Amino acid sequence: MISFKMPSLGADMEDGTLVEWRKQPGDLLKRGDIIADVDTQKGLIEIEFFGDGVLEKQLVEEGHKVPVGTVLALIRPTGDAGELEMPEAAPKAKQEAVPTEPPTQEKKITSPPVAEEKGKRIKISPLARKIAEMQQVDISQVIGTGPEGAIVKADIEKCLVEMKMAPEKEVVDKPAEVHQQEPLQQSAIPESEAIRRAVAAAMSRSNQDIPHYYLEKRMDMSKAMAWLKEANKERTVQQRLLPVALFIKAVAKALDDVPDLNAVWENGLQRKNEINIGFVVSLRTGGIMVPAILNADTLSIDAIMACLNDIIPRARAFKLRSSELSQSTFTITSIGEGGGDKVFGVIYPPQVGIVGFGEIREEAVVHEGMIGIKPIVDVTLAADHRATDGLVGGKFMAALNKYLQNPASL
Amino acid sequence: MSKTITLTYREALKTAIREALQKDERVFLMGEDVGHYGGAFAVSKGLLKEFGPERIMDVPLSESGFTGAGIGAALAGMRPIVEIMTVNFSLLAMDQIFNNAATLLHMSGGQLNVPVVIRMGCGIGRQLAAQHSHSWEPFYAHVPGINVLAVGTHEDARGMLLSALESPDPVIIFEYTSMLNLEGDIPENAGAVDIRKAKIRREGKDLSLITYGTGVYKSLEAAEILEREGIDVEVVDLRVLRPLDEETFLASVAKTHRALLVEDAWRSVSISSEVSARIMEKAFFELDLPVERLCGVEVPIPYPKHLEDASVPQVQDIVDRVRKILRP
Repeated sequence: MISFKMPSLGADMEDGTLVEWRKQPGDLLKRGDIIADVDTQKGLIEIEFFGDGVLEKQLVEEGHKVPVGTVLALIRPTGDAGELEMPEAAPKAKQEAVPTEPPTQEKKITSPPVAEEKGKRIKISPLARKIAEMQQVDISQVIGTGPEGAIVKADIEKCLVEMKMAPEKEVVDKPAEVHQQEPLQQSAIPESEAIRRAVAAAMSRSNQDIPHYYLEKRMDMSKAMAWLKEANKERTVQQRLLPVALFIKAVAKALDDVPDLNAVWENGLQRKNEINIGFVVSLRTGGIMVPAILNADTLSIDAIMACLNDIIPRARAFKLRSSELSQSTFTITSIGEGGGDKVFGVIYPPQVGIVGFGEIREEAVVHEGMIGIKPIVDVTLAADHRATDGLVGGKFMAALNKYLQNPASL
Repeated sequence: MSKTITLTYREALKTAIREALQKDERVFLMGEDVGHYGGAFAVSKGLLKEFGPERIMDVPLSESGFTGAGIGAALAGMRPIVEIMTVNFSLLAMDQIFNNAATLLHMSGGQLNVPVVIRMGCGIGRQLAAQHSHSWEPFYAHVPGINVLAVGTHEDARGMLLSALESPDPVIIFEYTSMLNLEGDIPENAGAVDIRKAKIRREGKDLSLITYGTGVYKSLEAAEILEREGIDVEVVDLRVLRPLDEETFLASVAKTHRALLVEDAWRSVSISSEVSARIMEKAFFELDLPVERLCGVEVPIPYPKHLEDASVPQVQDIVDRVRKILRP
């Protein structure tokens, strides 16, 4: 059984209000399905599920506000885990087991998955850890049978089968706790105000906790602008590419080259496998949203542009999905026309870097002993000095510049 | 389906040399005792009579001298096959191989390819003692600029030389002395083989046995024994020790999630060290157990038969280790 929890949609989010269940018990869930709408300081967010399964039970009623990490629903997995061979007697065993099961079992899934951080390190194979994370198995509750008691793949699979066989067990005490939560009064606060508070909280935390260091580099945009001009000749108005799409792709590729910046700082530097570029969108009502372009390194420029065209209006309408808000691994802020020559970003925790693009403008530039007029952009990097040093930042800036000088390679 | 023929590893090697000599006039064989004596291990027996002294060339006992001559001939447009009796003596030719053959393309700014093929006997033979029994593939696999092949099967004994002669760059071929009399089946029309890719010799799902050279048949034999116990191992023959075809063994590990690396060479700084490192670097999240290794014991190879046998992994060692890994 998978415990589906209130997700954290950013370092600043502490709780959320379940506004509406989109799926009912018994509904079949596919990867990417939206299960519920949750109201947060960032507006109404659609919460997605990343697996296959059947919604077994809803544990939180509509209208209740619960902390991040609270189990919202139990989902019985299908797909990979569902194909595990189950003993023929399983359904029967399930019926008999429930009433006689010792109450200690209830804690099995509902206990928060922080045991590992608090207690001693859990030995688990890399593969088993990967599967556990995908299937949302709390590894602190799994008994390892591998070398030195390490948890291996078979142990996780066994645990998944057991969870499937005992679906009723974990529900007992949580709902009571949930019902004690007061219904949300957040609707009384204007949306813009809530966003302002969220930005304030995240940015204060960033400036308090993160020792930023800054690099700045002027980058020649002549090749990039020429490439865009050429590329846009063949595109309809709707399909036209903007420089920002190039920036996002170039940043994603540069992060691939310098992976220490595509990371979070949580008990040390932890690199992220996927490159999901958060993109700062300013809201007309004030405040900002940072939706992510997932796996930007693997997308074409056209795909990134299409993504931006989709995501920016949705961000402004407060219609983002949970994955788009919670999964960015690095952030870009682009000041656009007229606003400023340079922008120095404040890191969005727990990320370790933010890159800022100023306005693209023409400047007199010395090149090979001659003065010429070229489009340039001033690019800045703000990075977490706990996680990386200036050398890493410098490598990133050099890589970014290299890609912008060779736009065809993007 | 074409018919198969049964032949020894030695005959497969000889057939390949003969075909190469017939196909291309630029090809000739040079080495110690390859002519009148028929080769120290009788691989070239009869070829002198068939092709004459211009193409089957006995050379003085000077590895550095004749390997250098072979490199020179390759630079001048020939396609020499240099036989160094065993890898043990090849150290005397290392300066020629590493400082000349491996670097000349680079030093000449891309102008001079060195299409030389150097064959050497490798590994333990039959009680030949420490100075004639080394497994030194790792030395050669360390050096950029050369290609290094390990002949682990009859198919490759028949085919690798022909492909190596097509290469514009130096190729070192390791042939295994202990396998010369081993019989095997190959297709009647067998010939050149791909010398860029490793090969899955047996498909399995529980563990990847990654090996080369003498380890291939031993691993296959171990796999059969294990199959009877319900353990299904995959056998990956690396074949190409430089440049390593990591794609193939990483895919295998991604499938089985467990790996045991088997080789005769000494464990420290070996081929399996490199394979293990690449698995860790590129397939870490596929691993369900630590990568394990079975390598040669780090001693000079002993003379007595029972100690010689004990100094490199045997079929039973592989079986035992796989059992231990999968059923702790």
